[in-house]
Amino acid sequence: MTPSSSIAAPGAVPGHEATDDHGHHPSYLTDGTTVKSWLLTVDHKRIGIMYMAWILLFFLVGGIFALLIRIELLTPGPTIMDAMTYNRVFTLHGIVMIFLFMIPAIPAIFGNFLLPLMLGAKDVAFPRLNLLSLYVYLAGAGFALWGMLNGGLDTGWTFYTPYSAHTTTTVAPVLFGAFIIGFSSILTGMNFIVTTHTMRAPGITWFKMPLMVWALYATSCIQVLATPVIGLLLLLVTAENLFSLGMFDVARGGDPVLFQHLFWFYSHPAVYIMVLPAFGVMSEIVSAFSRKNIFGYRAVAYSSVGIAFVGFFAWGHHMFVSGQSTFNAGVFGVLSMLVGVFTAIKVFNWVGTVYKGAVEFSTPFAYFCGFLFFTVFGGMTGIAVATVSLDVPWHDTYFVVAHFHFIMVGATIMAFLAALHYWFPKMFGKMYHEGWGLVSAALIILGFNATFIPQFLVGNAGMPRRYYEYPERFQALNVASTAGASLLAFGFIIIAVYLTYALIYGERVDNPWNSKGYEWLTLSPPPTHNFIGPQPTYPEEPHFYVDPKKAEGEVSDV
Amino acid sequence: MSSAHVTPGSVPGPKLAAHFASLEVQKHAARLGMWLFLATEILLFAGLFACYAAYRFLFPEAWAASSRSLDLTMGTINTVVLITSSFTAAMAVHYAKEGKNKMVGHMNVLTLLMAMGFLVIKFFEYKHKFHIGTLPGRYYFYEGIQLPGAPLYFTVYFASTALHALHVVIGMTVLAFATVRAYRVGDFSANNYTQVELGSMYWHLVDLVWIFLFPMLYLV
Repeated sequence: MTPSSSIAAPGAVPGHEATDDHGHHPSYLTDGTTVKSWLLTVDHKRIGIMYMAWILLFFLVGGIFALLIRIELLTPGPTIMDAMTYNRVFTLHGIVMIFLFMIPAIPAIFGNFLLPLMLGAKDVAFPRLNLLSLYVYLAGAGFALWGMLNGGLDTGWTFYTPYSAHTTTTVAPVLFGAFIIGFSSILTGMNFIVTTHTMRAPGITWFKMPLMVWALYATSCIQVLATPVIGLLLLLVTAENLFSLGMFDVARGGDPVLFQHLFWFYSHPAVYIMVLPAFGVMSEIVSAFSRKNIFGYRAVAYSSVGIAFVGFFAWGHHMFVSGQSTFNAGVFGVLSMLVGVFTAIKVFNWVGTVYKGAVEFSTPFAYFCGFLFFTVFGGMTGIAVATVSLDVPWHDTYFVVAHFHFIMVGATIMAFLAALHYWFPKMFGKMYHEGWGLVSAALIILGFNATFIPQFLVGNAGMPRRYYEYPERFQALNVASTAGASLLAFGFIIIAVYLTYALIYGERVDNPWNSKGYEWLTLSPPPTHNFIGPQPTYPEEPHFYVDPKKAEGEVSDV
Repeated sequence: MSSAHVTPGSVPGPKLAAHFASLEVQKHAARLGMWLFLATEILLFAGLFACYAAYRFLFPEAWAASSRSLDLTMGTINTVVLITSSFTAAMAVHYAKEGKNKMVGHMNVLTLLMAMGFLVIKFFEYKHKFHIGTLPGRYYFYEGIQLPGAPLYFTVYFASTALHALHVVIGMTVLAFATVRAYRVGDFSANNYTQVELGSMYWHLVDLVWIFLFPMLYLV
């Protein structure tokens, strides 16, 4: 249905009038306080919050192991652990961070919480399936962590065969855990796609969906299309490790390069499972804090879909040195660079949105600035490593480690923290201390640069990744990197402290940013079924701001 | 447009979940969800097909010889059984739309019987292989084919047929639920047949995968 004349004026939305009505409408947080009412809830918002609790815990675990790696690499020789422990620690860091944090972080927490709110729906299409995917995720995590505690594994998070088929460390439970987590990812993706197709409130057409929804939609398509392939692959390697079936074992005629093809067919698009939602978050934030409608809405929406599509044809750039033909390498290189084109479309549109906007430099916007830097810098080095002649010497050095930490981790963490600070009032109806927010943002952005810029340099100088010891001449840069990591950790501790404080003592707020995003059309925190009274109407586009530079009441021309 | 013309309560059978605007939307969502799920299932098997293609290219002789060692009669019978079961599964949907719950149950029972038949035949095929030693990887001890790559063929064979058999069992569970509901509750009707339809869709997928596996493993 298209918006008609009966539509309310902007802001005059049912639910909003009830702002001082809180006592009568319990929010989703207070509607049922027993443990059971949380553990068995089908409310997408509670599920999102539960995901948040677990994912933050896993982030802490992965982060502690990152610090252990950095401490070990402070000195050229052994520092605090032996070589085998080191192998297990970096594997654990990779697996926890990739499978348990980066991939689910934004879709499972903020996607679950916001997608129905942004579509004016009461819930996701399959609420019980949604709860199931949380428990499937936890079951997979349990398997993986159990395996890591009972022996651990030393393959690196990529499980490359034939080594993973022969190593005596505990590979099977971890692989099986990752396989189960894949199920959770598929279920969430399916749920989001169906929700986007069927649950949009009257008035929300495809091109009136918030850009966050577009990004989540594209992400879900990748999740649904790529995850089954790695699921099968992990099963086969588990069987290989337990029973020596020879599927990827050269000694029995198998082909490890085939493993790499199948592995990267998922794991390269998985990179976009991590960064596409980040792009979505940023599109929301740049619009809200520039007080301007997003510049080039359609281009930003289409480029998400474009990245999702091209992302499937770029996996071969992980295999430039695997013996593939020069022609193949060239084709994969060019296809990889296409991702850069789509990303550049987004970057220019964000910058175009900020241009002449009335920028409010608050904590989420600080993270936007950091994000822009990491995306551009990380993206540029991405073009560099997609160039075959450059990648061959850089392959498996710290240059690659620094590159993917910049784009994958840097951009995603910026978006994650931006989302956390932007939607914290939405989720809990409380406000944190803005000053501490800016201090920690500065610490984290600085710390991140200090950690990974030295790694670019040390990688370019030839230090291989995953090595336990290194020559003296690399030490200065490694010390710098470790110092940066400490700064980063310090920033996270500050955030944990002031957000916990805000959760308990924070000032009661409803929409501190005066944001026009659809999700703010209801109370903060939202009531159980998202809206009170009749369904809200959506007369305007999601990022609709009156241009501050123009006369009042006039509409932005973008 | 959406919530206005639906009055839950007037129709006894289908239940409208609170978060959906109308029954049509609810049905559309269920169907779309199933199609997406089937797409992921196809991609799961696609990974195995890729393995098959790669190794067939590497070991053409071993693959031809190993393929000929399979029991073509048993495979053909199984194919016919499975395709017929797909027909009865489709008929169950047809009867569900007409509200003939008893016939839905009968058709599902027929499907389940054929599914069981399929598994029994598969069991005898496996038993024979365990006996003569055409087993995957390091367990291979068959004297008849000593070409390099032959054990790998049986790795692919067992991986894909076992994964398919697992899907047969899952499909049987899904169909069994619909059968019990048709006999006991009997509330399938023209506007409430989603459960039968989705179960049948899943069964068609199980059938479809076999239609790829059969020529791939037995015929080519």
